[in-house]
Amino acid sequence: MIEADANEPRTMFDKIWDAHRVLEREDGQTLLYVDRHLVHDGSAPAFEMLRKRGISPRAPERTFATPDHYVSTDPTERAAMTNEENRGMVEALERNAAASGFRLFGLKDGNQGIVHVVGPETGISQPGMLIVCGDSHTSTHGALGALAFGIGATEVAHVLGSQTLWQRRPLTMRITVDGELGYGVTAKDVILAIIARIGTAGATGHVMEYAGSAIRGLSMEGRLTLCNMSIEAGGRAGMVAPDETTYAYIAGRDFAPKGADWDTELARWRRLPSDPAALFDREVTLDGGAIAPMVTWGNSPEDALPIDGSIPNPDDEPDAARRAIMADNFAYMGLTADTPLESIAVNRVFIGSCTNGRIEDLRAAAAIAQGRRVAEGVTAWVVPGSAPVKRQAEAEGLDRIFIEAGFDWREAGCSMCLGTNGEIAAPGERVASTSNRNFRGRQGPGARTHLMGPAMAAAAAIEGRLTDVRRLMKDA
Amino acid sequence: MEPVSRIRAGAVPFARANIDTDQILPARYLARPRDDNHGEYLFRDVRLAPDGSEVEDFPLNRPHWREARIVLGGANFACGSSRENAVWALYDHGIRAVIAPSFGDIFANNSVKNGMLAIVLPADAVAELMAEAEAEPGAEISVDLPAQTVTSAGGTVWQFDIDPFAKRSLLEGLDELAFTLTHADDIAAFERRIGRGNS
Ligand code: SF4
Repeated sequence: MIEADANEPRTMFDKIWDAHRVLEREDGQTLLYVDRHLVHDGSAPAFEMLRKRGISPRAPERTFATPDHYVSTDPTERAAMTNEENRGMVEALERNAAASGFRLFGLKDGNQGIVHVVGPETGISQPGMLIVCGDSHTSTHGALGALAFGIGATEVAHVLGSQTLWQRRPLTMRITVDGELGYGVTAKDVILAIIARIGTAGATGHVMEYAGSAIRGLSMEGRLTLCNMSIEAGGRAGMVAPDETTYAYIAGRDFAPKGADWDTELARWRRLPSDPAALFDREVTLDGGAIAPMVTWGNSPEDALPIDGSIPNPDDEPDAARRAIMADNFAYMGLTADTPLESIAVNRVFIGSCTNGRIEDLRAAAAIAQGRRVAEGVTAWVVPGSAPVKRQAEAEGLDRIFIEAGFDWREAGCSMCLGTNGEIAAPGERVASTSNRNFRGRQGPGARTHLMGPAMAAAAAIEGRLTDVRRLMKDA
Repeated sequence: MEPVSRIRAGAVPFARANIDTDQILPARYLARPRDDNHGEYLFRDVRLAPDGSEVEDFPLNRPHWREARIVLGGANFACGSSRENAVWALYDHGIRAVIAPSFGDIFANNSVKNGMLAIVLPADAVAELMAEAEAEPGAEISVDLPAQTVTSAGGTVWQFDIDPFAKRSLLEGLDELAFTLTHADDIAAFERRIGRGNS
């Protein structure tokens, strides 16, 4: 095994990578050991691959699972599970958990939820860990100071069978956001502004570390939102150095270290942040104070603009290929050049997902919804990211606020983020969504998605159109 | 996994940048077992109209490209979701190599694990290949993995880089997990060092 020079300044990524090397090949491939393997109800093919080979999971104590993609978030349908395909996926996960002996937070478990909400919330995801999951938004867990990334089904089978993964060392990229975020600006706006700046392929091949005073000032939940969408910037992973905010968030959670173990781990975690002299392959800086509440208009997360702007005009785009894509996006999205964003009417609102389905997100949305009504003709859903988020929201009375305002208050799951459970928008419907992808058909064939933060989505529900939330905050 | 070495076939162009895996394999087919023919779901919502009829000008529906076994992709091809089903859809349709200026990282990884090449060539090389494909649809291009070359129908040759481990896996049809388990002692030693069960 190649030992790093102890004096060489290292990034946080370097430190975590080095600590997980099982062996290194001369061709540059490294076998990495996986601390936490998260599994969901779409992971069945990987178990099938393993079963066909007669190999059993190597370290079930490092594997944790919960159903999220295929669970209905309608309370009645969830209890009945009449949809055969959904039931099949959830039951396959239950069978695999029983056969392999890993921990499952099942449909009736108090910790069930979206896998990327559950990991941090239960204390399963911790600083310094190597965390993988057969889902691209595994980057979320990097918010705790972990190296976390999504893998495909064959790799899931490989991790199950060996608890390791072959990787080639990626490049590193530091995104520094300094300054103070403006009024009404959230982590979602920060990450949309970053993606608008560097593009959806901007971080391809890189592990991203978010740094700077604006990032330090984010709550743990904001950092989770930020790291969640690293994959939308093309990043292999995204991470934020652990600090007092991180430790306070983890302390006392079910699977967090306790007692003397806590002290040992904390001492280790404090050594994780990048050394001051560490070099990154790329550096990008943004002025946090210049970021406004953002919303997307096209079919790529990089098509993000400040809410007080207008749909771009293809005549201003010098690149012919990009002009053609814009025209195509206009046709799909039902938009025309120069339309003020705030004049665009919505049919549906979805508040939830692993990006913005946490308690702070629901609090921010509820603060806008309180004492107001969802606009006539708009269907608005609030889908908590997990059962604990739902309980907490209900303890705080947020559910009452939403219900009184005319929102649908639902059970925890991925829901309309992807719609594999059947919860989709109709063709042509326009959705204000707190999820992470505005790809064509993502929320149903023909559905038109605009991404934004949870307070912005609540504002869109109230006004029935894309809305600058800052106005509703002022008169709130 | 089937070994792959040399491919000579027509190449179908998808010029648009940022084609995501949600397009390649729509989410509602994610629950299908692997032995389903995923080729039927390939680009389902752009290849077929809602009534199931073929969209005439979609590249895969054009007569000369029906039998294409190589895809020419735009920048950041197959970005987004980690769904390996997107690779299965291309593979089951008969595609054995995708050539693009850049790929979604996870897709490129998934391709190798399934015996499909994800080849990065400079943007101008891909543009040239696409222009040739449009000018003479169905004209065959060659991919030579041992030599690490792509040769256009017109005879232009480009060299490509590939991870040596990925190259070997593809050439031999290597079973990566079986290979890794030959290192079980190293893994066990690592586990002893960190203490199994905690980290
Ligand atoms: S909420 Fe959406 S992005 Fe997150 S895991 Fe579920 S489907 Fe994927």
